[in-house]
Amino acid sequence: MSSTGPLTDLAPGEAWLHPSPRLASMRRLEIAIATGVGALIVVAATAAAALAGSSGVILAGIAALVAVLAVGILGDWFAQRRVRAWAYLERDEDLLVQRGVMFSRLSVVPYGRMQFIDVVAGPIERVYGLATVRMHTAAAASDARIPGLPTDEAARLRDHLAKLGEGKAAGL
Amino acid sequence: MDQTGGASTPQESGTPPDLGLPPPGAPLESGTWHRLHPLSPVIRAGRVLLGLAAVAAGALFSGGQEGRNGLLGRVPFLGIVIVIGVVAWLVTRWRIEGGDLRIETGLIRRQSLRFPLKQIQAIDIVRPALARVFGLSELRLRTGGSAGAAGRLAYLTAGEAERYRIQLLALARGSSEVPLPGSLPAPDRGLVTVPVGRLVASILISGIAVVAVVLLVALIVVRAVAPAAVAPILGSSVPIGIGLLTVLWRRLNGGFKLTVADSPDGLRLSSGLLETSAETIPSGRIQAVEMIEPLLWRPLGWVRLEVDVAGRHRREGENAPEGHQLRAVLPVGTREEAERLLAHLLPEAPWERSPAPRRARFKSPLRYHNLAWGRNQRYAVTTTGRLARVTSWIPLGKLQSLRLVQGPLQRRLQLATIHLDTAGRNLHSAIRDRDSAEARTALSELTELARVERHSANHPRSGPPTPDHAAPPPVEGETAGRGATPAGN
Repeated sequence: MSSTGPLTDLAPGEAWLHPSPRLASMRRLEIAIATGVGALIVVAATAAAALAGSSGVILAGIAALVAVLAVGILGDWFAQRRVRAWAYLERDEDLLVQRGVMFSRLSVVPYGRMQFIDVVAGPIERVYGLATVRMHTAAAASDARIPGLPTDEAARLRDHLAKLGEGKAAGL
Repeated sequence: MDQTGGASTPQESGTPPDLGLPPPGAPLESGTWHRLHPLSPVIRAGRVLLGLAAVAAGALFSGGQEGRNGLLGRVPFLGIVIVIGVVAWLVTRWRIEGGDLRIETGLIRRQSLRFPLKQIQAIDIVRPALARVFGLSELRLRTGGSAGAAGRLAYLTAGEAERYRIQLLALARGSSEVPLPGSLPAPDRGLVTVPVGRLVASILISGIAVVAVVLLVALIVVRAVAPAAVAPILGSSVPIGIGLLTVLWRRLNGGFKLTVADSPDGLRLSSGLLETSAETIPSGRIQAVEMIEPLLWRPLGWVRLEVDVAGRHRREGENAPEGHQLRAVLPVGTREEAERLLAHLLPEAPWERSPAPRRARFKSPLRYHNLAWGRNQRYAVTTTGRLARVTSWIPLGKLQSLRLVQGPLQRRLQLATIHLDTAGRNLHSAIRDRDSAEARTALSELTELARVERHSANHPRSGPPTPDHAAPPPVEGETAGRGATPAGN
């Protein structure tokens, strides 16, 4: 029950589940890669400009580099907060998924309404042995997903949800 | 009235093939292959010809000689279109087998389409202007699923289309026996008709008409200020003008003599000036009802009522008279008419709503005065909108998912929004900017009520309101094609 979200008290005393802690380091890696690429571009641009002979460009380059790093650190802070906010709860009739810090969202997806369930794992996710489970209903707007689940937990959840969905399916 | 009468009662439509009705149920149950009407390719080609004429008119307007040459270059193209149409007709056939409608088509790329009849959301009869000349109609089946192709049978004679519509609906309801031809002219009970004058007036004071007037005034001003610039502006604004006129025309055609009637099959909508269409929405297929009060109409007290039915309305490009899924059941009407119609569409739908807390002004200054919501045991009603006031009713049993969202500003103001997701992508209803505590209670209440409604829909207490057929209740949960199309429901 280390939930940080403000909405968890909707189902108090329930065992909310969270994504794997590895999701936090994965997000950190993703942001580090993005920051690194940004820094590289800044360095290259600065070097090119300096070789072309414009003065004072080194100082501007250093300032830009600091800015890129600051954005990266800030982004990491936000990402870490967001990772902690993810939580899900399998109830008898529906699945609750909670996410977001600034914009906190709580989705209620009845099992009977799930049309199909996706398990997606991108290259970085695979390195960490993680996967994202995505639930689809007939409504385009309902976007319930849970990232950063260990692959076996993702498979378990998928099978479990599919089984529940079959038993409780309701016509449109 | 002649076109609606012709569509609803085959005996009156005057086409000879109707008189010799086959024995009850024979054409659909026997599983034999049927063909479309031999004139189908002609009508399809005629549509292309109309399109060409429109293009040519545009070209002549701006291009002169060049445009005329372009038109001549397209004549062989028309021949190809006719040949393709004839081949398409030759290789297309359809039949009913085991509760499915099966359409086989395609010469090089054989296509075999299967539409489980239990999944039908609505059946439309569309009669384009050209088809009406020949007394033909197109039958369209709408199934759920936003990407699903529509089942089209184009074209059948008007009488056939009407007969098949009734028989397919009977099959969709799950009744194995097909209604006797004697009972075919269903006792339609008219609910609302829209006077032509009011429809025209409503279109003239809609937003698009205002845009058209503004453009026209701008053109006149330009003419007064710089006469030399008029010709190029006129030339370049021809497509815009055509587009505007098309939209206005569609509104007029779609709402012309729109009649909403109650029939044993469900709700029947028929409308159209040149191209007529008759739709049937089986009862219990309505995902949401929306009442729109545009700003310009408010002094007159007019409203528009639309229903949302799951599934794509028209296939892209294929003579799409309406690009949207929402169907106006009342293009323009008084508040009382809307109330009466709503009471019929969604019985016991609530009107009482409680307004949003005053502090919601800071978050939604333009919407605030419209924000409200209410609910009873079966429906939720929400009101929102900046200029036009939009009120939507959602049967709780149709809810797909619920989302409680709170942004930073809302958190500061102790507000939250609940999104009510229904099938389809066009309607978006939300209970906006409620007190957070209230929103949380509402979320758990709505979740619970939706669960109860879903269960009672899965296990109906009594049969559907069709006293004339001893039909078993549609057991959707168990047999409704779960295995066949789990994602297409």
